[in-house]
Amino acid sequence: MADVQKIIGDAVKVHGTERKALMPILQAIVQEKNYLSDEDMISVANVLDLSSAEVFGTASFYTFLDTEERGEYVVRVCKTISCHMAGKDEVINALEKNLKIKAGETTVDKKFTLLTANCLGWCHKGPVMLVNDEVYPELTPQKAVEIIQEHKNR
Amino acid sequence: METTKVIVGLGSCGIAAGGNKVYNKIKEMKELENIDFILDKTSCVGMCFREPLVEIIDETGAYLYGDIDEKKAIEIIDQHVQKLTPVKEYIVHSDLYETRDDNFFKGQVKIALRDCGFINPENLDEYEARNGYVALKNIAEKGISQEDIIQNVLDSGLRGRGGGGFPTGLKWRFALNSEADEKYVICNADEGDPGAFMDRSLLEGDPHAVIEGMIIAAFAIGATGGVIYCRAEYPLAIDRLNIALEQARKAGYLGSDILGITGFNLDIYVKEGAGAFVCGEETALMASVEGKRGMPNKRPPFPAEAGLWGKPTNINNVETFANIPWIIVNGPDAYAAYGTEKSKGTKVFALTGKIKNGGLVEVPMGITIREVIFNLGGGIQDDKRFKAVQLGGPSGGCIPEHLIDTPIDYDSVNATGAIMGSGGMVVMDETTCMVDMARFFLDFTQKESCGKCTFCRIGTKRMLEILTRICNAEGEEGDIEKLEELAYHIKDASLCGLGQTAPNPVLTTIRYFRDEYEAHIRDKKCPAKSCKKLLTYEVIPEMCTGCTVCAKNCPVDTIRGARKELHFIEQDKCTHCGVCFSKCKFDAIRVY
Ligand SMILES: Cc1cc2nc3c(=O)[nH]c(=O)nc-3n(C[C@H](O)[C@H](O)[C@H](O)COP(=O)(O)O)c2cc1C
Repeated sequence: MADVQKIIGDAVKVHGTERKALMPILQAIVQEKNYLSDEDMISVANVLDLSSAEVFGTASFYTFLDTEERGEYVVRVCKTISCHMAGKDEVINALEKNLKIKAGETTVDKKFTLLTANCLGWCHKGPVMLVNDEVYPELTPQKAVEIIQEHKNR
Repeated sequence: METTKVIVGLGSCGIAAGGNKVYNKIKEMKELENIDFILDKTSCVGMCFREPLVEIIDETGAYLYGDIDEKKAIEIIDQHVQKLTPVKEYIVHSDLYETRDDNFFKGQVKIALRDCGFINPENLDEYEARNGYVALKNIAEKGISQEDIIQNVLDSGLRGRGGGGFPTGLKWRFALNSEADEKYVICNADEGDPGAFMDRSLLEGDPHAVIEGMIIAAFAIGATGGVIYCRAEYPLAIDRLNIALEQARKAGYLGSDILGITGFNLDIYVKEGAGAFVCGEETALMASVEGKRGMPNKRPPFPAEAGLWGKPTNINNVETFANIPWIIVNGPDAYAAYGTEKSKGTKVFALTGKIKNGGLVEVPMGITIREVIFNLGGGIQDDKRFKAVQLGGPSGGCIPEHLIDTPIDYDSVNATGAIMGSGGMVVMDETTCMVDMARFFLDFTQKESCGKCTFCRIGTKRMLEILTRICNAEGEEGDIEKLEELAYHIKDASLCGLGQTAPNPVLTTIRYFRDEYEAHIRDKKCPAKSCKKLLTYEVIPEMCTGCTVCAKNCPVDTIRGARKELHFIEQDKCTHCGVCFSKCKFDAIRVY
């Protein structure tokens, strides 16, 4: 389990405790554990001397600062126009079938979360998905499933 | 004899296409067989449809190889580097040969992208070797004044490349004239328009050009601090920016008394976004840098008066900044020599959608859409028919076939109802449904609306619901008028550009493709055969063999017929899922 107090401490050393440090600190926590729990946000609020509502309000504004528990691997499939024209629906269907969850859900073993995202900037190489920080362009349903399979075995 | 250079394209798209494997293979060959050549890497030259790319430069010239894998890599090293015979069939571009991709380069003028694909973006020396930081050094050595720099930028005619198109020099002058103890310069690298990736390629391919542009802007307006706001979806760009910033600090381009200019102190840092499109809007962006929700604020005051931390701030787009050093070195007239009377210089476009050569091009303003799509872009995939092109992403609009000879400049594009925008061109063919396309963009803006303005928050949702109904065969008489009315109010009553432009894709598709909307609503038909709910599936008696595959796969069990006998679809239960069509091996299902 990630030691959130330590992550916050390390981030404060770099970014300080002013308001502008809020996002980098939240990002540092998400980097380690993929989401922000209520307790995490309260801890950050205490360190920065903000109300926890302020922290939650900021976090919930940003898609990448998840406030719901996420799997170890967060899969984000781009759902906008170019990827749609290139066949993202089939990719999502294949992933849903393979992971036995719907888009927006997390597998029971907490290994994968399947999400859709708005434009990832890979429009000429769609369909594309991100698995945590890694980009996988030019997907086919089969290729997408193979990539997931590979992560399952990691 | 000069040593041969072998350069592998390792931008994100090169890496994703397998560029690293090619690089490692060549490295392994070089070491194992002790072959004498210089191995280097570069970023994308825009030819993304031929990645991975490998360039070989020898005494005779430069040869760009495309679609290279490990096997072909062995072959070209062996043949070209060792035996000095270029492997013609893999060459996609060279001054010495004609190739089928030559058209992609013809007509391009590279100013913003001048170094992309030519230098190793992680090596400052290579940037400097191509006039890098010469503009900044000229300013320091010749004592060019703030006012002169701004006049140069004004004379060049450069307008903001982030979408607004505001004259850059004018914006700088406002910021210079605002008195304050602290001022900021911000680079907007939050590129989020669906269909756009110009800024990503630029940041990955030539980060120093953007940084140098920012340093010059900072000097010109008297800024004391700089921020690059880069979206989190671009990890490689963020890495390369940080590497470049560290190099610039070490080389004295950032720091105190920069290049001996007394009192010119500046540092720049990268602020990573967190997945919110609206943060590309300048006031929202600054709120986000300050650690708040990225909600837009009222203007005035404009950033030039009160921006980041309430201090005068100049904010420009990535591409805008990348043009600056070139303009200072080559002079404003050289820049203004390209383009049209009111739109000077060049613009980078990202070609995506149903186009053959998906990638990046930089062209002089005033070139026609036809030239870009058919000459540089190679035309439509599978030689289908061109239908329309979406310019300006979710804030823009579509330009139909009969306007394909529109010159690309701010005024001509605006006259069509689209906008120049940041440079995304999504090309559509006869199989793209325009109602569905409009729905897509609205789904995007509706989700990305920050929620501050009621019309944007709820109005876009209502529009999306109507469009979804139309695509699902539930359109009603009067829907088009309702869309138009909502669009009018959303444009009128939204604070920022997101809401003000959100209805544009709907309005332009209604303007140019009203008959398609009507076919959906009245006849319950989708002329592009794309909206599944509006399609009818039928068995073609002459083709059906009675194999039962369609009946077995039908999820609602609505296909009748015994084995080896003619099947038929009971229409009332059909959900139009299309499974029978895709499963039939005998082309016996007709769709209309
Ligand atoms: C919703 C919205 C999103 C925007 N996104 C971007 C963006 O991603 N990049 C950008 O440079 N400008 C974006 N802009 C425009 C900026 O507000 C601003 O005009 C621009 O950064 C100014 O730079 P320029 O004058 O160099 O174009 C956006 C505007 C709006 C309304």
